[in-house]
Amino acid sequence: MGAHDTRFSRRDALKAVGALVIGVCLPIGTSKAQAQAKGPPPVNPNAFIRIGADDSVTVIVKHIEFGQGPYTGLATLAAEELDADWAHVRAESAPANAALYSNTMLGAQLTGGSSAIANSFDQMRRAGAMARAMLVQAAAAEWKVPAGEITVAKGIIGHKASGRSSGFGKFAAAAAKLPAPKQVVLKEASAFTLIGKDRSGFRVDSADKSTGRAKFTIDMTAPNMLTVLVARSPRFGGTVKSFDAAEALKVKGVVAVKQVSSGIAVYARGMWPAIKGRKALQVVWDDSKAEMRGTDEMIATYLEQTRKPGQVHRETGDVTKALAAAGDVIEAEFVFPYLAHAPMEPLDGFMIWDGTTARARFGSQGQTLDQGAIAQVFGIPMEKVEIETLIAGGSFGRRAQATAHLAAELAEVAKAMPVGTPVKLVWTREDDIHGGYYRPLFVHRFKGAVKDGKIAAWSNTIMGQSFMIGTAFEAFAVKNGVDGIMSEGARELPYEINDFRCDMHIAKSPVPTLWWRSVGHTHTGYAVECFVDQLLVAAGQDPVAGRLAMMGKAPRAAGVLKAVAELAQWKGPQAANGRARGVAVVESFGSFVAQIAEVSMGDNGEPRVHKVWVAVDCGVAVNPDIIRAQAEGGVGFAVGHALYAEVPLVEGKPAVSNFNDYRSLRINEMPEVEVVIVPSTEAPTGIGEPGVPPLAPAVANALAALGHKRPARLPMVRA
Amino acid sequence: MSFSIKVNGTDRTVDADEDTPLLWVIRDDLGLTGTKFGCGVAMCGACTVHMDGQPIRACAMPISGVSGEITTIEAVEGPEAKAVQNAWVAHDVPQCGYCQSGQVMSAVALLRENPKPNDRDIDLAMNGNLCRCATYIRIRAAIHDAAKTLAEA
Repeated sequence: MGAHDTRFSRRDALKAVGALVIGVCLPIGTSKAQAQAKGPPPVNPNAFIRIGADDSVTVIVKHIEFGQGPYTGLATLAAEELDADWAHVRAESAPANAALYSNTMLGAQLTGGSSAIANSFDQMRRAGAMARAMLVQAAAAEWKVPAGEITVAKGIIGHKASGRSSGFGKFAAAAAKLPAPKQVVLKEASAFTLIGKDRSGFRVDSADKSTGRAKFTIDMTAPNMLTVLVARSPRFGGTVKSFDAAEALKVKGVVAVKQVSSGIAVYARGMWPAIKGRKALQVVWDDSKAEMRGTDEMIATYLEQTRKPGQVHRETGDVTKALAAAGDVIEAEFVFPYLAHAPMEPLDGFMIWDGTTARARFGSQGQTLDQGAIAQVFGIPMEKVEIETLIAGGSFGRRAQATAHLAAELAEVAKAMPVGTPVKLVWTREDDIHGGYYRPLFVHRFKGAVKDGKIAAWSNTIMGQSFMIGTAFEAFAVKNGVDGIMSEGARELPYEINDFRCDMHIAKSPVPTLWWRSVGHTHTGYAVECFVDQLLVAAGQDPVAGRLAMMGKAPRAAGVLKAVAELAQWKGPQAANGRARGVAVVESFGSFVAQIAEVSMGDNGEPRVHKVWVAVDCGVAVNPDIIRAQAEGGVGFAVGHALYAEVPLVEGKPAVSNFNDYRSLRINEMPEVEVVIVPSTEAPTGIGEPGVPPLAPAVANALAALGHKRPARLPMVRA
Repeated sequence: MSFSIKVNGTDRTVDADEDTPLLWVIRDDLGLTGTKFGCGVAMCGACTVHMDGQPIRACAMPISGVSGEITTIEAVEGPEAKAVQNAWVAHDVPQCGYCQSGQVMSAVALLRENPKPNDRDIDLAMNGNLCRCATYIRIRAAIHDAAKTLAEA
């Protein structure tokens, strides 16, 4: 049975996902994009909230929880309008069901673009308000009193005149049978008891995650389950020429060896025999279509290519003329390596195929995409693919891909075995670091000029791979050959510069690339904020005041810059004790973050980041302590990668394999972090990603103030 | 081969190759999944368990090398464990949570050895435990908090 036989084919799934890509290209999460969106979809409160006879309130969360906090965040939104007792609130993952659980900003069930709170803010509050109204109605009927006289507070339904009161549980069954009210009135912000309140020790998942009780995909087990490892090509784009499974099958515990699209799958009773079996496997690879270049060669090519202008992504005025007139042209180039996401839990998935239905349990970040990919492998309709989304040990973007390659591989390894065999596919750390889907390698080249203390001309030529072009997303993501994700953060600056150009060369390689926590801003944030700083120094300006002087049309970006300067008591880049300070400000995903980093150069020649001050404007702050946690974590994630991380390729093969050589930040390298959340009444935007981009340029600018050059190639510490 | 080990107070016999890491015995044979796999080469600490009270990396300890009683996150107990786990919740330390079993096991071992660790002591005891979410600030604060609780007890 092929895809043409299916009722809901992959083609339809991708059609549904099309809106996502448009959303990503547009500045999602901004008030403009939201204003353009159609009215809110109808909300079925029973799909989002389940109230138990024991008064428990279980909030069904459509976004995957991998640390960024949607379990607590979406539960907070529902509980607020429900007037629930937080002590009774739980969260669980929604099943894969695009009709009920689509991301309203992305058009598919998918977590990305730091949009969980933004797209759920109205939906989950409405669900909570509806459920509250239904409980009230059920209580009014039972008590035979007017609904208008009933109060709800902290999980207690009460009727003052008759002295009656009850928890939610007593009325849960009756309320669930009532029709959902068509209209509900949401609370004014002044009436909030949970939203915007600074709570601690309140995350719904903290206790399970502190005691080992939390269940991740890797913890899945079932009678007769087989653990599956796949041997994949050492080079990207390589394929299996031939293989010999004889030695692998001699390993005690190895049950089967099968070829799948991505390589050779080894099935074993447990992880250790699977590891040993895979090691014993003999595979000859066909490299005729593989990437054979090393990253040094790629970088040299990109640096040369960016000497010529590429396709224009945005242009105002006449930058060529302005540079020619300027006299002193200031230049810079920046090189960004391939980066692995390396979530603590490597990729994995569990599936049982019973011949009719595929039942998957894993950390699915793009459930609609994954359903489509699994349906295609089995040749079944999408509704015959059940995905139970489990919490995941990090992602940083890795668990959602346009190709849904993990879901497809999981389906293939399940399909290759007899019907009914439970399989658990696991990637080792080496598989993860060697597995591609990297943050693309990028090169930025700049020319600029200053006049009267301001930036007079700005030319930025960029080169790197697109992870939209060549995928099923291309038709939606790429307009006239322009993939806007590649230049997000570089083509529109918060600074007024009349003569401006941002242009792009698109690199081709079989190395698969992917969004990585803060996506295009991972490189544009660094390149732009380093070059702005370089120009302001040349113009004799203070890095904070000089930026602010050009930010007349960017009030929220200017707001966080002022707030961080105040928080850090900024008096210029110089600091005591051989330290210096650098600053950067970046808008990403509709949120604004400015950071000041205090840095010294260590005796070992490695920069030492002592302290980072962070100012955040992400609209209404739903859970301030989660925003703070994401800002802290975002800083740490950014420090680790800016200082230490890269996946170099040598003759097409990744030259690092595990945390011994893909160096990750450790506790002794973590700076102190102080966060201020700028009060805002704007619609909420996200914070999972926006804490990352300003850190690396703030550190580089501090290094420049110490008399070092801004590192032109990341990571700053190179082996 | 057959190996007898004591895990969480119970004698267990497992049939495994002698090079099988303790991690996979604990997870696959004994079904104790709180101990996590992160790297397989003792570089991340997600698999930290105690052997006779000392923190070890279960992914790099072959079953044939196990020479003491093993305690995993499922059974770690006592005042230090309670103080650490309470502080972890009070500070909402975990983000994705995957590394936190190992972090807790290292922190408990630290406090048993040194009830009043300073920042440098914490760095030394905890820098074998990676957290890709970078929850390190809260880990540090929670350890100090747990130490304070123990001192007041």
